[in-house]
Amino acid sequence: MNVDQKSTQVSIPEEILQKWEAKGVSRRDFIKFCTATTAALALPLSFVPKVAQALEDKRPPVIWVEYQSCSGDSEAFLRANQPTAGDIILETISLEYSDVVMAASGHLAEEAKHNAMKKYAGKYVLIVEGSIPRGAGGGYCTIGGKSAVDDCKELVKNAAATICVGTCAAFGGLPAAAPNPTDAVSVMDLVPGAPIVNLPGCPVNATNLTATIVHFLTFGKLPAVDRLGRPKFAYGKRIHDNCERRSHFDAGQYAEAFGDAGHSQGWCLYKLGCKGPETFHNCPTCRYNEGVSWPVMAGHGCIGCSEPGFWDTMSPFYRRLPNVPGFGVEDTADQIGLGLAAATAVAFGAHGVVNIGRSYFGKNDSDADQE
Amino acid sequence: MHELRYVWEWPVRLTHWFNAISIVVLSVTGYYIGDPFVSVPATSQYVMGWMRFIHFLFAYIFMLSVLSRLIWAFLGNEFASWRVFFPWATSKGRQYIVGTFLFYTFVKAKPPGVVGHNALAAMAYVGVIGLYVVQIVTGFALYGQYAPGGGWDSSLGWLLPIFGNQGLRLTHHVVMWLLIGFSIHHVYSAWLMEVKEKNGTLASIFGGYKFIDPKELQ
Ligand code: HEM
Ligand code: SF4
Repeated sequence: MNVDQKSTQVSIPEEILQKWEAKGVSRRDFIKFCTATTAALALPLSFVPKVAQALEDKRPPVIWVEYQSCSGDSEAFLRANQPTAGDIILETISLEYSDVVMAASGHLAEEAKHNAMKKYAGKYVLIVEGSIPRGAGGGYCTIGGKSAVDDCKELVKNAAATICVGTCAAFGGLPAAAPNPTDAVSVMDLVPGAPIVNLPGCPVNATNLTATIVHFLTFGKLPAVDRLGRPKFAYGKRIHDNCERRSHFDAGQYAEAFGDAGHSQGWCLYKLGCKGPETFHNCPTCRYNEGVSWPVMAGHGCIGCSEPGFWDTMSPFYRRLPNVPGFGVEDTADQIGLGLAAATAVAFGAHGVVNIGRSYFGKNDSDADQE
Repeated sequence: MHELRYVWEWPVRLTHWFNAISIVVLSVTGYYIGDPFVSVPATSQYVMGWMRFIHFLFAYIFMLSVLSRLIWAFLGNEFASWRVFFPWATSKGRQYIVGTFLFYTFVKAKPPGVVGHNALAAMAYVGVIGLYVVQIVTGFALYGQYAPGGGWDSSLGWLLPIFGNQGLRLTHHVVMWLLIGFSIHHVYSAWLMEVKEKNGTLASIFGGYKFIDPKELQ
């Protein structure tokens, strides 16, 4: 215990704190940021000075591009925790290109992107937001006359690492939902084998993005990922396994309708279609908006927005299971199953009656002799 | 004259009953997991917790039982052998198929005389064993989600991105209904054979013996 306590008495060098103060970030905010990010990465607190140091040393060039997206991830990031998280990271990195926040526009902007890619080839971090439409020869999304397909391939191939923010860039997301009219794909599918880390979510949780960047700054490499390329620190557990309503789930207490007694008492939202049991994300521990809340805490079931195949596989949102393909939208698996079981029972019942009837009328004797 | 024949060896009977009990327990607890129809007043209760625990416990029992039966298909007697499940592969088997079919469709009054499985039932069991495997595989893939990187996740987790975890869940749920449909048919057929063949089919799955009239076996 003593040893532990000692090792957590960590201090960030005075001059680093002073430098940030000069930039307008209070030491309190800076320490808070370093600690929160270290915790999000599931690193021991002894790493806090390392994290602070990493933020000091490097200014990696970052290119942030957007294809088929709603800019929700940019929004989430720019409006991250307090002013500080976004600020600190924006101070730490050198944002060479970003559709949403850059001052330049038109050809100047595109030129800046091209120059940054050439100048920092193999060194820059690429952040991709949105899916890439391959249909119509890439014609559904072009930037400065260049298709998103070509643009993305080139940028990913020249990047040191690519971070896909949001479900669209990570798995195709909404644009790729059936019938996927633009043949939208994720970055992973467009450029297989590239060093990519996926941060799905609609939108990405800014804390996870910040932590991923800080991990890259601190260790010079992307964090450990699972089989879908998601960092384990953020997507290593199901929502259901960390949910604050879980005790109600285990007990057997479920809200049956929005606003009913169970719902107002904070019971589990399973029967209202919560997809927490099929969704890997750290929403319950990280939450959104300065850790204020997250969907299930606010009383709405998880809709599985960070899973592959969202939206198709996670709808209908207010039912537990998807509709059975080939049957009417309103038929649940249970209605069909019950119908099937009943039909079986009736069929065999009838078969049995005929058999008994045959025995009674003795019609089978002559048949039996033939056997 | 009827004579007593030992047909179902003890591993066949044992796995049969382990399967039967497991399917009943797994269907009841599984249905509750899918649609928790009991709501409890106090958080100190643990209804879903127990349902899931029992489901997973019987999941292991069921898996081991199905596995044992599959192994026994290579070790057991001629009635337990994997060969009987493919009657269409031999000409004798094909005769049995036609004969049984004519019996089921009321064309003939008696099914062909056989000691072990009737040919159509044997073919149906191949499908049912397929459903068992689907249920075990989807079940353990879903189960593995609680511990990414654990044994079940490492061995079956690759199914999740391919079929989607919701897809696996729906499959798992629908197969339950297919197995219930099968069970209804199975119990009925066993009764029918008992009545028609008067050979102790129903008792045979308890004791292993059937009454066979050698004259009926062509
Ligand atoms: C005869 C065999 C079985 C039947 C009839 C059955 C039935 C069911 C049903 C109906 C559900 C609810 C599905 C839903 O609506 O979401 C379920 C859930 C589940 N079953 Fe089975 N099951 C069987 C075997 C197994 C096996 C062998 C496993 C292996 C571990 C398993 C693991 C699970 C899991 C993990 C769930 C989801 C539970 C949760 O996440 O809360 N099942 N089962
Ligand atoms: S609210 Fe959703 S995530 Fe939370 S315990 Fe219930 S089903 Fe699981």
